Amino acid sequence: MSPGAVDPLTGLMNWRALVFVTRGDPLSVNHLVADGAAGLMLVGGAIAAGLMTVKGWWRPLWRDWLTSLDHKRIGVMYVALALVMMARAIAEAVVMRTQQAAAVGSPGFLDAHHFGELFSTHGTIMIFFVAMPFLTGLMNFVMPLQIGARDVSFPLLNAISLALTAAGAALVMVSLVYGGFSTGGWTGYPPFTGIRYSPGTGVDTWIWSVSLSSIGSTLTGLNFAVTLYKNRAPGMTFFRMPLFSWVTLCVSILMIFAMAPLTVATVMLALDRYAGFHFFTADAGGNMMNYANLFWLFGHPEVYILILPAFGVWSEVISTFSAKQLYGYHSLVAATMVISVLSFTVWLHHFFTMGQSANVNAIFGIATMLIGIPTGVKIYDWLLTMVRGRIRLTVPMLFAIVFMITFLIGGLTGVILANPTIDFVFHNSLFLVAHFHNMLIPGFLFAMIAAVQFWFPKVFGFRLDERLGRISFWLWAVGFYLAFMPLYVLGLMGAMRRTMEWQRPEYLPWLAIALVGALCLLAAFMTFVAQIAVSVRRRDALAVPGGDPWDGLSLEWSLPAPVPEYNFAVLPRVGARDPFMAMKREGRAHLRPEAYEDIRLPKNSPAAPIILAATFLTGFALTWHIWWLAIAGLVACWIPITLRSFREDHERVIPASEVRRQHEAWLDRVAALPAIRREDETGPRNRGRASSQFAGGQP
Amino acid sequence: MSDHASAMADREHRHPGLNLDHTDPEGHASAEPVIFGFWIFLMSDLIVFALLFATYAAMSTQGTGDGPAPAQLFDLRIPLLETLVLLTSSFTLGFVSLANKYEGHPRQAIGWLVVTLVLGAGFLALEYHDFSTLIHEKHAGPQVSGFLSSYFLLTGTHFVHVAAGIAWGMVLIVQQAVLGPTLPVKLRVMRLALFWHMLDIVWIGIFTFVYLSGVLA
Repeated sequence: MSPGAVDPLTGLMNWRALVFVTRGDPLSVNHLVADGAAGLMLVGGAIAAGLMTVKGWWRPLWRDWLTSLDHKRIGVMYVALALVMMARAIAEAVVMRTQQAAAVGSPGFLDAHHFGELFSTHGTIMIFFVAMPFLTGLMNFVMPLQIGARDVSFPLLNAISLALTAAGAALVMVSLVYGGFSTGGWTGYPPFTGIRYSPGTGVDTWIWSVSLSSIGSTLTGLNFAVTLYKNRAPGMTFFRMPLFSWVTLCVSILMIFAMAPLTVATVMLALDRYAGFHFFTADAGGNMMNYANLFWLFGHPEVYILILPAFGVWSEVISTFSAKQLYGYHSLVAATMVISVLSFTVWLHHFFTMGQSANVNAIFGIATMLIGIPTGVKIYDWLLTMVRGRIRLTVPMLFAIVFMITFLIGGLTGVILANPTIDFVFHNSLFLVAHFHNMLIPGFLFAMIAAVQFWFPKVFGFRLDERLGRISFWLWAVGFYLAFMPLYVLGLMGAMRRTMEWQRPEYLPWLAIALVGALCLLAAFMTFVAQIAVSVRRRDALAVPGGDPWDGLSLEWSLPAPVPEYNFAVLPRVGARDPFMAMKREGRAHLRPEAYEDIRLPKNSPAAPIILAATFLTGFALTWHIWWLAIAGLVACWIPITLRSFREDHERVIPASEVRRQHEAWLDRVAALPAIRREDETGPRNRGRASSQFAGGQP
Repeated sequence: MSDHASAMADREHRHPGLNLDHTDPEGHASAEPVIFGFWIFLMSDLIVFALLFATYAAMSTQGTGDGPAPAQLFDLRIPLLETLVLLTSSFTLGFVSLANKYEGHPRQAIGWLVVTLVLGAGFLALEYHDFSTLIHEKHAGPQVSGFLSSYFLLTGTHFVHVAAGIAWGMVLIVQQAVLGPTLPVKLRVMRLALFWHMLDIVWIGIFTFVYLSGVLA
């Protein structure tokens, strides 16, 4: 088939798009890296499939996970997806750092196309397929438990959101083996990503994977917002919600408003590429600046979608491990809301150099600096929460402390970049790369890892190994400073981002340090995975059936670990902020409820996995111009939903007697557990029942 | 205490949609999250339209390239007819809502729903004719200029929405006939109505900012 011709059955598909079919020298390092990555993925997938078959896990996977509408299981699947994708994106970062360190005065070992794909997939994956699923999974698990709900408002929609995100991730993964990826960076700016300069299918893969994930996130935002507005337990007023639930509300609102501009931008780019439209072309009245405008109208609120969950995590971690209620709760809520609103007023600072007037730049520069104020309020509130608290330096708390210091540095460099005159100099330099990694690694990644340490016992019923957690923490912290502080220096020396070859020998020492840092971060990730694996092995010794290993404050700690599918045997009545702390203080924790009721839960549904397959095929078909398949996939998405709407039995009932049996067995078990003091909480005696010791009175 | 509790319950059960409270109190609580969630979806969808309008506003003045300007292409006759057809369909959909609210004869709801969808299809036919005239007779397809790209995307997105509404409505006609006016079906009709009315509002925006301003410019 000649290139460019569209076969009606297979579209543009051809054997040469397979990564193993190489052109040029097949033994070059460049090809070995590409083939190795693709091979690793295939072998990894085959090993996983083999293991599933040997262990007979396919049926449980379908029955207990893929078709489940339980918000807790959906949350876990989101996080699992995020971790798989993170492994790839970190590996890519190491390859890029190695290339840059090897390419001072020499071409290095990667070709330009491959290098471009690497920074594009690294950014795309980290934002859309690591950060978004990680925080969505965490909010999915924690938020309904914190507000005393049985599930989110729309459990099926929740599963569909996950399916859309997973379909997008699958498109990116397939491009590792077949077809390749965009070289236009995670922002995909035209005209470079237009059909004229990027004629392959890489940009199309980027477009459809990102579009699927952004629709999934919009639906997640909708679902969480309705849950928070309509599904709180009796007495759980807004100002009694834990801060993590507050940030979930803010993030949901941001998702509802901010994902739409991304969808609009990618659809316009797709129309330019597929149908010869002129939104962003250089001719016929097209205007590529509108792309930057639309993209960052999404992109800047997105930054706060990523950062705000971390602020929620730190609020929970710091108050729990200081044994105090949060200092300045209302100011923290207000600061979160102010940040959410301001996040929509600063998008132009991503393109100060585009040529608008100095006054416009000044206004957006000032708006950007203003965000420093509510963020500062938060830092002070956390510090004052620690004052006179009974602080324990557990792994999440260590992350919190390193976060506060590191995030402050990143924030200061952000205020520097917010000044348009300075931005003109640093624009697109490694200084910028250092800045946003300095915000997102402590302000997102550290928070997620801390959150895993903190809530893991609640999810699976056993704690994570403390020693490996500490090793992993030190590798993350040291690795971050080694990897990114040199980039500030390089930026000041004039090094530009996304450069694959250098001519200035004085860059070498800094690039070498950054490479060591990247390897450190890779080791940190591997230690983190090892920590989980070791803990799974030692799960009996680390079990915390009591469900309250850290002497928690909010409602989720009042539940068994792991949490039963119906969450609360009897829905709680909330009378105060930090209700579980109040219950423990007043001796009302773990009381036998007077009466139980039947609990109605959503039945499993195969709709989400069907939609996953259908949207993946649609995305793949659109990428490769296989029109019949695209239409078939689009129709197939709606079939399970339409059929389901004709049936009325979507719920199953757990009888009150069964709830009573389970709950009272657990209460008896808790009563028999030793109540442990805080100093023993990382030791083997901790079985999840805390001898409550909160510092101070009411704040 | 019980007074207070019932006052609380009243407040908590008020929902932003067609009020079911008097006719269908048991359906009220379950309607609340669904209708509220749908309002949020509409809000997000309106952001899409807002951005398409904004893009159109910029491109219709600065993005005509070598192609025609709005004043050379548009006249108001067909768009006015389209407006009347679409607004009438919103009116007839109101009768579906009323029939469901006051538990009228099931055939009443189905009949008005059919009328609504036929009017919707008439609107699509008119708009298709409009598109086809632009592309084939006036040689002003979306590939001609940025202005025409943004025109076709704005009106085309609205077109696709109306088409989706018709497909959805056809499923609901079957459901009204097979399942009868059960609570889930009534709530679905209510959401279709919200969706349909929103599309009307968007169309009024299109008529005003695209056709009327285009002709006046």
